[in-house]
Amino acid sequence: MAVRELTYVEALNEALREEMRRDDSVIVFGEEVALAGGVYKVTKGLLEEFGPERVRDTPISEVAIVGAAIGAALVGLRPVAEIMFFDFAGIAFDQIVTHASKMRFTSGGQVKLPLVIRTQYSLGRSYGSQHTQFLAASFMQAQGLKIVLPSTPFDAKGLLKSAIRDDDPILFIESGSLYVNKSYYGYRGPVPDGEYLIPIGKADVKREGTDVTVVALSRTVSEAVAAADMLREEGVGVEVVDLRTIQPMDYTTVEKSVRKTNRLIVAEDSVKTCGVSAEVAAYIAEYALDALEAPIVRLNSPPMPTPQSASLEREYMVTSDKIVEAVKKLLK
Amino acid sequence: MRSDDIVLSTYRGHGHALARGVPIAAVLGEILGKAIGTCKGLGGSMHAAISVSHNIPMATAIVGSGIPVAVGVGLGLKYKGSDRLAAVFFGDGAVNTGAFHEGLNLAAVWALPVLFVCENNLYAMTTAISRTFAGQSIAARASSYGIKTYTAMGNDVVEVYKTALEAAEHIRAGKGPAFIECRTYRQRGHGGYDMGVWYRPAEERELWFSRDPIDLLFNRLKELGYADEALRRSLIDEVGRMVEKAVEEALNSPVTDFKTLAELVYATKV
Repeated sequence: MAVRELTYVEALNEALREEMRRDDSVIVFGEEVALAGGVYKVTKGLLEEFGPERVRDTPISEVAIVGAAIGAALVGLRPVAEIMFFDFAGIAFDQIVTHASKMRFTSGGQVKLPLVIRTQYSLGRSYGSQHTQFLAASFMQAQGLKIVLPSTPFDAKGLLKSAIRDDDPILFIESGSLYVNKSYYGYRGPVPDGEYLIPIGKADVKREGTDVTVVALSRTVSEAVAAADMLREEGVGVEVVDLRTIQPMDYTTVEKSVRKTNRLIVAEDSVKTCGVSAEVAAYIAEYALDALEAPIVRLNSPPMPTPQSASLEREYMVTSDKIVEAVKKLLK
Repeated sequence: MRSDDIVLSTYRGHGHALARGVPIAAVLGEILGKAIGTCKGLGGSMHAAISVSHNIPMATAIVGSGIPVAVGVGLGLKYKGSDRLAAVFFGDGAVNTGAFHEGLNLAAVWALPVLFVCENNLYAMTTAISRTFAGQSIAARASSYGIKTYTAMGNDVVEVYKTALEAAEHIRAGKGPAFIECRTYRQRGHGGYDMGVWYRPAEERELWFSRDPIDLLFNRLKELGYADEALRRSLIDEVGRMVEKAVEEALNSPVTDFKTLAELVYATKV
C-alpha cells in the first residue's frame, strides 16, 4: 500500500468522504459544515460531492443537532453530527449523556444508536476559557457512550471510519491544535493509500521504551512523542501510550507498559481533579501498585480556567518540556 | 396517523403504547420492573411505552427532550423518501424548554414530516401555565415558527381524531411539520404522591371531570344509536377481565437476571 503524507484535517475529511461514498445512510450536519465546508475545513467539499440532503448546515442549536442525530439513528441512518467546539457540548449534555448514552440500555436493548458526534477542543490556540476546554472526563460517567480521541492523521482516519461503522453513540473528540500547529507530531503524517480501520477500544504504543511510561491522549500525544524523542538522545527510553479510546478504556495496554517500565506519567489537557489522568492513575494504583518503583505523576493544567494570552496559555499547558522535566525527576 | 408512523412518547406514555397495541401485561410489567415488561424492567414506568415493534422507539423522562429527537426521525424518514411521519407528544411544561424551540425551528427550517402534539393539561406538575407562560397561547407560539397549527379539545376523541387526520394530511403532502395543541386535564395528580387538589380550584376540577373523554365519546355514540348502556357495561367487563389477566401475568413474571444487564450497554462489543 502506498503511503502519503496527510494533515490531520485532510485525514478526517478523507474518512468522511470514503464512508459517505460507501454507505448512503451516512449523513453529516452541524454549524457551518456544508456551504462553508467547516470552520476548520474538515467537511470541505462534502456538500459539492454528496449534495444538500446529506450535508446540512444547522442553526446554532446544539440540543437539536444531537437530538436530530439520535432521531436519524433511530430510523437507520448513520449521522455524523458536528459540535463546533467541545465547550458547546455542554449545551447538549442532556441529549448526549441522558439520552444517546442510555437509550439502548433503558429500552432493554431494543434500540441501537449508530451516531457520531464530532467535536474538537482548541487548547493551544489562544481562544480563552470558553473555547479551549477539554471536557472528556465529564462524559466518562455516561455508560453506553464511547469516547474516541485521535492523535495523528493515521489514527484520525482509521478511527473515524470505525466510529461511523460502529453501532453505538460515539463522542469523537478532535484536537484543534492538531488542525493548525505545524510543529506537532500529529499535524501531518503518513496515511496509507486505501482502506483501513483502527479498532475502537484499543490503545496504541506510539514510542517504545523501557524506562518510563507516558500515557497521553489527543494533543498531549504530540507533546509526549516530542519529549520521548528528546530523551532518546540522552539515552532515556520513554514509552508513549496513546489511549485513543477512553471509554471503554484499554487498561490492559497501559498496565502492560507500566509492568515493563515500572514508572508512570499521565499527561492530559484538563485539570487534575477527576480527569482522565486520575482514572488511569487510580487504575494502576488499584491493580498494578506492585509494579511501581516510584509514585505516579500526573501532568495536567493547573486548577484554573484557561488564560487567553498566548504566553500564559503556554505556561498553563502540558508541554514536551514539562514532560521531559518530569521524566528526569522520576528517574533521579 | 398510521401504525407505521413513529411515535416519540413520554413518561406518561402508557396510553400511547396501549393505543398502538402493546400488550397490557408488557406495560404493567414494565411499571413493576419485570422481565415481561416492554424494556425488560430496565426502563420502568417512565419508559414503559417504548416498543420498537410498535414504532415507539423512545419514551423520555426528561421534559421536552423528545422534540429534537422527533426532528431527527423526521429527517431520516424524509431522507429515505418515506411517507411516514414522526409524532412527538409532550405537555405544556415542555413548551418552555430550549429543546422545544430548537426542535420546532429546525423542523420548520428543514420542512420535515413531524407532528408535534402538545397535551396541554394546564399544569406543569403543580404550577399553573398562567404562572409560567408568556405570550398569547401555545398554539400561537408554535405558529410563530411558520408551522401549520391546530387546536383541539383534547378530551373529545372525535375532534382529536379529525384534527390529527388533517394535520397528517398536511404533513404527508410534503408541506412540512404540523402542531396540535390539545386542551386537556389530568384526572389525577402529577405522580402517585400528588392528589392534584390543592393547586387546582374545585370548580375547575369539576368542570373538567365532567368532560371525561370516555363519557363524551359514549354519549355521542349513544345519541347516534351506535351504543347503549348494555354495550358500555359489557365493554367495561371485558376490559376489566383483560386487565386482571394482564396484572396476573405481570405479577407472575420473573425479574430480568442482573447478570444479563452488562450485555445491554453497548451494541458493538469492544
